[in-house]
Amino acid sequence: MASSWRIKKELLAHKLVSLASTLPAWLIVIMFFGLLLKARPLLLSQSLGHLLFSSQWSPFKGEFGFWPFIMGTIWVTMIALVVAAPLSLLVAIFLSEYAKPKIREMARPMIDLLAGLPSVIYGVWGILIIVPLVGRFLAHLCGVSSSGYSVLAGGLVLAVMILPTITHVILEVFRVIPQAVREASLSLGATRWETVKLVVLREGAPGILAAFVLGVSRALGETMAVLMVVGNVVRVPRSFFDGGYPLPALIANNYGEMMSVPLYDSALMLAAAILFILVIIFNFLARLVLWRIERRRT
Amino acid sequence: MKWRYLEEKVFQGLMIAATLLAALVLLIILGTILFKGAKALSLEMLFRLPKGGYYLGREGGILNAIVGSLQLAGGATLLALTISLPIVFYLNYFTRPRSLWPIITRFSLDVLWGVPSIVYGAFGFLLMTWLDLKASLLLGIITLAFLEIPIMGRAMDEVFKLVPRDLLDASFSLGATRWETAWKVVLRQTLPGIVTAILIAFGRAIGDAASVLLTAGYTDNLTTSLFQPVASLPLAIFFQLGTPYPEVQQRAYAAAIILTLIILAVSFVSRRIARHYSRHLVL
Repeated sequence: MASSWRIKKELLAHKLVSLASTLPAWLIVIMFFGLLLKARPLLLSQSLGHLLFSSQWSPFKGEFGFWPFIMGTIWVTMIALVVAAPLSLLVAIFLSEYAKPKIREMARPMIDLLAGLPSVIYGVWGILIIVPLVGRFLAHLCGVSSSGYSVLAGGLVLAVMILPTITHVILEVFRVIPQAVREASLSLGATRWETVKLVVLREGAPGILAAFVLGVSRALGETMAVLMVVGNVVRVPRSFFDGGYPLPALIANNYGEMMSVPLYDSALMLAAAILFILVIIFNFLARLVLWRIERRRT
Repeated sequence: MKWRYLEEKVFQGLMIAATLLAALVLLIILGTILFKGAKALSLEMLFRLPKGGYYLGREGGILNAIVGSLQLAGGATLLALTISLPIVFYLNYFTRPRSLWPIITRFSLDVLWGVPSIVYGAFGFLLMTWLDLKASLLLGIITLAFLEIPIMGRAMDEVFKLVPRDLLDASFSLGATRWETAWKVVLRQTLPGIVTAILIAFGRAIGDAASVLLTAGYTDNLTTSLFQPVASLPLAIFFQLGTPYPEVQQRAYAAAIILTLIILAVSFVSRRIARHYSRHLVL
């Protein structure tokens, strides 16, 4: 009697955990079709090409051109990547190849903390430090006038936010490279930097690229911090000091009115769907590369 | 010959400069928030609700946001744990040989980990229309739980992978079923790792604004039911910083310091737990 109850429990547990394990995959599928379904009315009323490349945005007249928002997203993401990529690569090389174990131990919690700070905290910091820095200092330096609320401010705040993500992934990639390869290079008389340049970076190149892609996908969807410093003007940015309006900010700023204007909710869900699809593709590719690297180790 | 050593020195300098810059930025962020917040913080701020005319700069505090954030993040963490623990059990002990599901599930968790919180928020909004709910504590909890599942699941999966094979074999050889092994043996062995994963996910949830903005609403009162809207610290910061009144902005800074202190405490505690309890494990 007792043993049959144990077996029943085992079978029940098997059923339940198997069911639970399918949830992540279903969640992706349901989110994808759910967002597209909600965006359908808009996609049916206008062609996708027109929606993506038109700059006319006036929801009350039924005009939904996403171009300014797409450009805003590209501007802040690219600025963030250009600033964060070399910095995080240098930090990762330092921590993995040069730093003493003690310094490495100290750096880990700092990277984790930088990654764990909430988005709004970055936003507050951006308003207090980065916006004045851009508006009063950098703009003057370049001889333009700017309020500071600009794609440059958004990009700089984002750069700080994706730095720990990229650094963390690159560190994992470097860890998988066998120590013997480095020793072989050093024993042939290469300096440490030459070993890094010719062995570690070459060996880790796909992984580093994957880390950058993950950083970009992180930057694409980051909402609150960017929203607070980027200015939110519906216009294609022409310079670093212009305000911009990335896609996530569009959703966050207008969710309140979207039910009262026809097709507005469709438009915002389309924005979410675009973000979702881009992020899924980027993550898919990056994870594929990283999985293959991980697999090679074992 | 000389050039090689010059190059070595130049790049070493650049690396150290980059690392110092990163550390400096972290210190500046924490410093800015703590400095601004400490000036604004008072007991009244911590233990009172917003009063009439609060958003014009009259009296009141941010108790609603503090309690609301704990309700949201606490509920979401509980829900996410009840879903991700079975997933991790499955991945490590219940898979059939040559089944594709563990690969699909692990890969899905990896991909979901990268989905931005505003997209979870938009999905929460869809749930709202499908389930005919209003912006509420319940919806906020569900949305945040979706956000937490990949974080928690991936972290716990890593911990479970480290369980020594011998321990499992010992349990199985005594006649324990897979469920009994997972629930009674492995859970005890992995408890510190699980607690760390829970704390990391909790920290992410309590700081998240974008998903809560679309699904949980905001209120000046304490929330007593799952179907009422709920306030949260990140949104308190966001809304109050947006007002033109310096007195109200002060409260944004007070909310920011409290949120930062919670995050610091969570990260500190999880580190301590990981170090302290790992002494009692079978290795």
